[in-house]
Order: sequence, then structure tokens, then C-alpha cells
Amino acid sequence: MSTAPIEFPPPVDSAKEFVGAPTDPDDERIEVGVVIVGGGPAGLACAIRLAQLLAEDEALLESLGEVPIALVEKGRTPGSHLLSGAMMNPSALRKLFPDAAEGDWPTYGTVDKDAVYLLTRRRAFPLRPTPPPFRNHGNHVTSLAQLGRWMAERAEEAGVYLLGETAATKLLVEDGRVVGVRSGDKGRGREGEELPNFEPGSDLIAKATVLCEGTQGHLTGAAIRRFELGSDDPQQWELGVKEVWEVQRPLDRVIHTMGWPLRLGARYREFGGSFIYPMGDDRISLGLVTGLDYRDARFSVHDALQLLKGHPLVAGLIEGAKRVGWGAKTIPSGGYWARPRRLWAPGMAIVGDGAGMVNVPTLKGVHYAMHAGMFAAEAICERLKAGGSCDDLSNYADKVEGSEIDRDTYRSRNMRQPFAKGFLVGGAIANLMEISGGRFPGGRWATHDDATVDVFIGPERDYPKPDGKVTFDKLSSVFLTGNATRDDAPNHIRLQERVPLEVALMWQNMCPAQVYEVPEAELEAARVDGRLDGKREVNLAVIPSNCVQCGAITAKGGRLTPPEGGDGPNYQTT
Amino acid sequence: MSILVYALHYQGEFNRNSLGAVSEGARLAGELGGEAAAAVVGGDDLTDDLCASLGRYGASKVYRARAPEGLAQPVVDVMAKVIADDGFEYALFGGGLLGFEVGAGLTARLDVGVTMEVTAVRAQDGRLVAERPILQDSAIVDVGYVGEPGIVIGRLNAFDARDGGDGAAEVVDVEVELERHSTRATMVKRGEQRGADVNIEDAGVLVAGGRGLGNAEGFELCESLADALGGAVAATRAVVDAGWYPYAAQIGQTGKTVAPKLYLAAGISGAIQHKVGMQSSEHILAINKDPNAPIFEFSDLGVVGDLNKILPKLTDAVKAKKG
Amino acid sequence: MKICVLVKEVPDAAVEKRMDPASKRLDRSGEKNLNPFDTHAIEAAMQIREGGAVEVDEIVAVTMGPESAFRALHKAVSLGADRSVHLTDAALAGSDVCATGYALARVLEAESPDLVLLGQQSDDGECYTIGAVVADHLRMPSLTQVIRIDVRDGKLRCERQAEYGYDTVDVELPAVISVGDAINEPRYPSLKAIMGAKKKQLDTRSAADVGIEAARIGAEGSRTEVLAVNPPAQKQAGEIIEDEDTNETVERIVAWLEERKLLA
Repeated sequence: MSTAPIEFPPPVDSAKEFVGAPTDPDDERIEVGVVIVGGGPAGLACAIRLAQLLAEDEALLESLGEVPIALVEKGRTPGSHLLSGAMMNPSALRKLFPDAAEGDWPTYGTVDKDAVYLLTRRRAFPLRPTPPPFRNHGNHVTSLAQLGRWMAERAEEAGVYLLGETAATKLLVEDGRVVGVRSGDKGRGREGEELPNFEPGSDLIAKATVLCEGTQGHLTGAAIRRFELGSDDPQQWELGVKEVWEVQRPLDRVIHTMGWPLRLGARYREFGGSFIYPMGDDRISLGLVTGLDYRDARFSVHDALQLLKGHPLVAGLIEGAKRVGWGAKTIPSGGYWARPRRLWAPGMAIVGDGAGMVNVPTLKGVHYAMHAGMFAAEAICERLKAGGSCDDLSNYADKVEGSEIDRDTYRSRNMRQPFAKGFLVGGAIANLMEISGGRFPGGRWATHDDATVDVFIGPERDYPKPDGKVTFDKLSSVFLTGNATRDDAPNHIRLQERVPLEVALMWQNMCPAQVYEVPEAELEAARVDGRLDGKREVNLAVIPSNCVQCGAITAKGGRLTPPEGGDGPNYQTT
Repeated sequence: MSILVYALHYQGEFNRNSLGAVSEGARLAGELGGEAAAAVVGGDDLTDDLCASLGRYGASKVYRARAPEGLAQPVVDVMAKVIADDGFEYALFGGGLLGFEVGAGLTARLDVGVTMEVTAVRAQDGRLVAERPILQDSAIVDVGYVGEPGIVIGRLNAFDARDGGDGAAEVVDVEVELERHSTRATMVKRGEQRGADVNIEDAGVLVAGGRGLGNAEGFELCESLADALGGAVAATRAVVDAGWYPYAAQIGQTGKTVAPKLYLAAGISGAIQHKVGMQSSEHILAINKDPNAPIFEFSDLGVVGDLNKILPKLTDAVKAKKG
Repeated sequence: MKICVLVKEVPDAAVEKRMDPASKRLDRSGEKNLNPFDTHAIEAAMQIREGGAVEVDEIVAVTMGPESAFRALHKAVSLGADRSVHLTDAALAGSDVCATGYALARVLEAESPDLVLLGQQSDDGECYTIGAVVADHLRMPSLTQVIRIDVRDGKLRCERQAEYGYDTVDVELPAVISVGDAINEPRYPSLKAIMGAKKKQLDTRSAADVGIEAARIGAEGSRTEVLAVNPPAQKQAGEIIEDEDTNETVERIVAWLEERKLLA
């Protein structure tokens, strides 16, 4: 009988804590036209599209006041918290910037060759021909952190007010309508106390609020609960940890791998694989993505990535190379069924990863986020022009439903779930679905909440001891992200800190940033006859300033909330 | 004359930093085939004997001027005059607050080139080249000077004082009319000690404690040893977090950066967040019971053992040695 | 009283930086921030204004930098400066400490400030010097490492950390004061102030506008030259002692300390 993290829910009630009426006196509220939460591809595309539409309609622009479009971003700047593989489908960028030459895009261009391998510890078996989900012809290798910065510049040029280092901590709702968001306080101490330079947040009042918070969106989660927008199928997540390397020899193909070091047995449920993309001639992006419904408490995606680098296929690619980037982020993988059943509420729309618009088998989500952001902009403009109110944004949902976002995710709607049965069985079923264009086997394969999966403490893993040249420990990886969060910042992670060892150890190993630690004394006390007693309760140590806000903890029994604006990583190359 | 060195004094003594600068100035002047002189500014406590003693460190001449102590701009006036009158190719400062202020002011006054935080200087083809670290000590830049004089401001304690044992410098008094703006700052109280407020960043010796101490009481061991060594106590983020020691003593990425002559790390693993705050220490001694602790990769002397056994004995031994 | 605060845009401290092997200069592309030490200077100006001992008519943020430096000015304004001045000119690129101080002095002269405040060092390697250079050109008294400023009787009573402890120094105005980070805890800007910063007056000046002589600035006017960029000297691999007999171990440690003159 094992323990599942869901038995230890975090002390949080998001609908109550993070949704409420404006509290600032009228003259202190900040009025804007449209507020967009999140400076990722979804938010920036929405902002830019809005600016384009407003530029064509002066009357509408005037009606939105001094600040027609405000975008709040919790990272230092848009891009600081962005991370992805990525092989981006360029359709959205083309649509958003019809006059820009593709050579001007901040991407690394297309790659002609691709390869997929099934790995064992020492061998790499090529899968030929390349299975359809892994074909990336015409897609652009992109660093999302760089794309974010580039789009942010375009947005600012177009007149968007970009407010970096600003977290949106509360959804403002009045009479059943979303009227804006409240920005986070700054200058609180570890216990939440007000420090001498304390500055309270502000109420930002807007005619329309667009939530583009990405994976594990804070207000998105609260809004889904408050307005009961959730699907019956819970969302699931994968955790991706990636590195960027400066290499001696250029890589000429896009590579995906499956199998080792993930274990194929149903007992472990380690679903996922790695990606290796060339970034121009002198860099590569290398990452491992694993479903968070794994079971072994000792499993660590970061360390499995370090292990992967020892495989002959990968070692050859990074010989003599230097690591220049690292990061981690979760990806929603519930697909079509787990998407919120409604993408809007009066005055509000949800866009992108926050709304689960990701096609996991093909690892695509960036262009869907951008398309949806543009749909949201267009829908809002339609409503504002027609009568001024954004109470009914069903037109936004209609646009999404009539688009490739729905078509593509519907097609792969049942492809992730079978892997709960282990890699080989799951793989076989997934292949059938692919070949049949999603028709066979049909039906609705249920998703499951990752936190309901019970965990156990497996045998010690053979993760490599970091050598600082090829393999690295978590702390020096966190350092590389530019994370210099002040140590007395309030703890932004909601968690039960006294839990059975198997859950505590699972959190410790899951987190790529070493936020959670089972103190040595506690670990030793739980050792009985040389074996660890997983049921014994231990006190977890939490170091929130390490956090890179990947969101894994929310999937596995805790809750990530946005820390003070500006905190966290400052990704440059991911 | 080749090099003019600023020497700071206080209560009848030149500080070690200045003696190092004089020694280095003398060495470099020798390589350039010239001589080094010192400039001292102050009042009655600049006796003939005291000034002449700089000869032991290699100065052949000492220019003495009467002007307010502890302020930079009068010194700029003095050095500018001496350089104008007697011609010097370089002016050298041992760092420290006044070293920087005077060196910078002189740079402006003479409209010349300056290099700061210099860790080494060498003579090359009859000219001086200053080396300074950049990018958190991950690279060293060699800097040359265009025109004369060149101003070299060393990193604090970068130059070693070399007492030649004998030699008396010629002491020359200079009359300098101070610029008007050099008279508009007045010292009200100089060198006030503030008791418990130990300045970690200036300490020559630091004994730093980490999680390996086990508990807050472990810091008593660090304090005794620091006392014996004549240094101060520092701490890692983890123990400050746990409340074992105050934040003012925290070293690291989110704390202070230090470069003492000796950094003794007790029970510290050496994660990079800590390392960046102390990696420029001249000598790093680490004590940790984990032989795999990363700190052993960059310590000069690593001791794998129980600090609870080692620290007290080490404290006694140090006290005995120092007598 | 009119206060000018000198601010600077610097590369983000936490982001790994590289030297450009071609130009042998710091690769300054990538993220830039307002120099954290300058936020202390702005806060000091605000505290003088809010302290009430003297009436502060204007706090002006001044910077010398490329086009992108306007962001540092916006940040300074969001923190309380009333307006800003941006000295920008292609001819200024590559200026060394001496040239930079000279150029800043010229633009400050045009403003006739009673007090110039700045952060004493910056995250990109310059330290403790610009204030003194500027002050000499402006012929004003100057102090660095200042951690406390009180205005009394039209003068400044400053406390600063020096070699021998804390000095208390009275300074007559006009003056240039470089502040240390221990002087205060900078405030966070309010969202309103951030959004309003774009609208505050920002004047751009070229070198010619403020009478800067071209020969004294830029790479041409530089009085130092970078000869080489090298990796640091390889540290000798350290010695490791396994403690078995603690008495012996301690003896060896003491010998090691003595050899290096650490027991003086």
C-alpha cells in the first residue's frame, strides 16, 4: 500500500485567496484598455495583434484610454521565464508578421534531416522511417527565451506597455465579471511581514483580461475553479529539463530518442524521451521530457538527463563542448480532453499552455499559443467595436474550435494516456492511433491527475556524480539560470512540509532546482535495518529562493504561486 | 624619477597596504631603471623618522606635505604638484578607500589613464603593464598606458610589503596651495570604531561556518578560532537561513563578496552560490567530513575530518604559536 | 536644492558574461539593468527630499550611454526622479574612466546641480572612481563609501567607511557624493510610477550640445589600451589531508599557515 501525494493537499484555496473584488480606492486604481497576463508567445502575440487592430481603428484606440494595452510579466523581462525545445511551426509568426522576411526572425532556421532512436544503455536503434509525430520539416529551431525578447521589442514598438518584474497575484472579479488583475506586493520578508521598503501591488482595471500565464498558470488555475471551467478529465504534466551547449562540430539533424534512461516497465511508468536540436552551427539544445505520473520516488529528470549525456550517441555530440544554459519547465499533456471545457468567462479569456493547448506527441504548443493569442485579440476587438462589453467571449472559443488547434489536438486526443500501461504497450497503441489518424482505438481515454499516482521508494539509481564538465549538479545549474533571488523573500510554494518519506523523497528528487530536501538527520532516522521506511513522516526543508518556477510541484501535490516580480531565473538561451 | 607612491598613515603608522604599494613601486621602478618615491600628507605625526622609514621598503625619497588627514582631494593637489615639478612616469596606489579616491582625482587632474583593482604589475619593454581581473575573476586583462603618467590603483592588499631592514629615505617638505574645492570637506571625526560592527569585507582572515557545524552553537568554535587568528566570522546562506548567524556575515551570490588573505571554511560544501563570494581569497583552507564536497576542488588546503575535533585543537595550537 | 543623480545601465550581474575576443572588450549585448548601486543613490536623493531639512526643487537623473540607456532613466524616474537627461553620442563609445568622467562633468555643468549623487561602483567592473573624476572636473568636494547623509545648515554631514573605521566629514555644497549600498534600502517603484515614467521629460544631449571636446573622448581619446585578455593563472591543485591523528593534522595545518605568513 503506497502513498499518493494527493493525500497531502497543500494549504491553499485558490478560488478564495486569488480571486476577489478590487480593493484600491477608486483614484488609485490603474485603468487600462486590455490587460494581458504573461509575456510568453501567447501573451505577446495577443498584444501585438491587438496593437495592429487598434492601429487601424482610431476611434477604438481612443476609447481604450491612456494605456490601451498593458502586459504584465513576472520575470525580469519577457523571455526570462521562457523555455522550450523548440521546433516551432512557423505558421503563427508568418501570420503575425506578414511583412517580415523569415531571415529576420530570431530563429535558427529549418533543419532538413531528422532521426529517431530507441536507446538502450549502450546502443541506439534508429526508427526508420521517422515516425510521423517526429517529422519536423519546415519547422524552425527556436529559443523561446530569445523569441520572447524579440517579440517584446516588437510589442513595445507598437505601443504596448510592457510591465516586467510584475506578478499578477489576484484575479479581480465584480458581480460575476472579471474586471482586471491585481499586481503583487514587493518588499515582504520571509514570514510575509512588511519590510521597510514595502510597496503594495495595484489594482489594474481593464475591459478585458487575457490570461496567458503558460504552464501551471496561477490565475488560470484560480479562474478555472472559480468559474467552473475545468474539464472532467484532469490535466497532466510532463517535466522537461534542458541544457544548451556550445559545440565544436555542428549538428545537422533534429534528433529524438525514447527508451533509456527511462525505464519501460509499467511499474515505473516513466514516459517520455529526449530531444536534441541544432541551434545554428555552434550550439545545440538538449533536453529530457518525462511524464510526472512516474512512480519511483528516486527518479530525477535532471539527473536522468545527466545520465543520458553518457550514452555514446549523446557523448559524441557534446565532446569538447561547453554548457552555456540550463532550465526546466513543465508541459501540460492532457491534450484535447483535459483542456478547460470553456475557454472564457465574462471579461476574460484563457490562452495557450495555461489552457492546455499543447500537442504532446508532436511536442508542439508555441504556435498554437500564438494563434490563440491572435484569436483572443480579434475576438476582443470584435466585441469592443460592437458594443463595448467583453462579457461574452464565446467568439474567441469559436475561433479556437474552428482552427488547427482543435483539429490537431483532437487527432492525438488519446495518444498520451495509453502510456500509463508502460512504454511498449503504450507505444503500440499510440502507433495504431497515429496510423489510423486518431480513429482507432476511439473513445475517450481518461486522463488522470498526476498527484493521484502512488509513489514508492525504488532502489538507488546510478546517476552520475557531477564532474562539472559534462555532468552538473542542480545548484550550479540553478546558478547558470541567473537566479539571484533574495534569501529573505517569502516562501511562494504552498506545501505540507510534514509528509511520509516516500512523498518527501519524491519531491526532493523531482525538483530540478533542489528546492526540497529531506534533512540528513531525518533520513537517517527513517533508516531501519538498512532500509528506508517510506511511511515514516519527515519534516521537509524548503529553499524557495532556488526555485526556477517550472511548476512540477503543482502537478505532484503542492502549489506554486508567483513569487515577487522579477524573482527566479533569467533564461537567455532556453 | 619613475614612480610616485601614495602612503597612508594613521596614528603614527603607515598601513600595511601602503607599505605593500611602496615595496611594489620600488621593485617596478628598479625594473624601469629608475626610482620610487612616496607622497605622504598629514600633520605633526609625520615625523622625520616615520617618513624616512619608508626607505626600508624601497622609497628613495619621501615628499611630505602639511594638509588635512584622511581626505583625498588635498592629496590630489600634493601629488599633482610633485608630479608636475619633478616628473614621474607612474603613480601607484595600494587600493583602499583613499587610494581609489586620490587615484581617481589625480586621473582627472592630469587627464591621464587609470586602471583599478590591479592584482599584478610588470615591466615590459620599458613600460608598465597592469593586470586586472574581470568578470568575477574569470579572465585577466592586460592594460597598457598611453602617455604619462599612468595611474595604477591596486586591489586592496594586492602588493606584499617587503621590509629591506635598513635604508632611510630622503624626506623633502613640499608647500602646496590647496585648490579651493579641496578645502570644502572637513574631517569632524576620524576612524571611529563601531564595536560589534565588524566589517567582513575588510577582514584579512575569515573563519566561515556552514551547515556542517550542526547547530548554532557550532559558531562558538568559529568565533574562538577567528579570535585566535585575528580575523572575523562569516557564514553561508544555509545557516543564515536557519537563523544560526546574522545576514551581515553571509558570503555568496546573495550576500557579500570577500577576498581575504585567508578564508577558512568549516563545514561548508562549496556550492557555486557560495563560491562566487569568496573564490578570490588568497588562501582557502577547507575542513569538511565529506571527501566529495565540491569545496575540495578549489581549496588550497583541504582537511577531510570532523571539525568538532579539529577546530578546538587548531585554536589552541594557533594561540600557542602566536604566543 | 537641485540634485542630479548619475545613473548607469549595466549588464545583468547574474547573467554569465563573456569577453568579445575580437574587440577585447566586454560583450555588452544582452540584458541590461539600472546599476543596483545607483538605486541607492536615487533613494538617498528621495530621502533628502522627504526628510524636510532642505527643500529639494528637482531630482534629475543623468546618464551617459548608448540609445538603450533610456531604460535606466525610465527606471530612475519610476523610483522618484522628476526628469532625466540622456547624454548619447557615437563619439563617446569606448571612452575610458577619464573620458567618461570628463563628459559627465560637462553635461552636469549644464544642469548646475547643488548635489551630485551616484552609486560608488557598478556591476560591470568600474568602482569607486567616477565620482572623484567628475568632482575634480567640476571643482567640487567629493567623498565615496558614504553610508549616511544628513543635511544641516546648508552643509552635508556624511559618514563613510574608511580604512580605519568610520569617518564623519562635513562637506560644503555643491558636492559630489558616491554612496555605498549600506546607506539605505531602495524602495520598489509603484506600478503607477513605472507606467508614468515614459511620460516624464527626457532630454537628449549630444557631445557637442554640452561642449565636449571630441579629442578627449571615445576610443581615440582613451589613455589606456587593452593589450590582452587571458584566462586566470591556473591554480595549483590543492593539498588534501585525511584526518586520522588530529594532533598531527593540526600540526600540519599550523605549519601550512606559518609558511604562508598567516600567523603574523
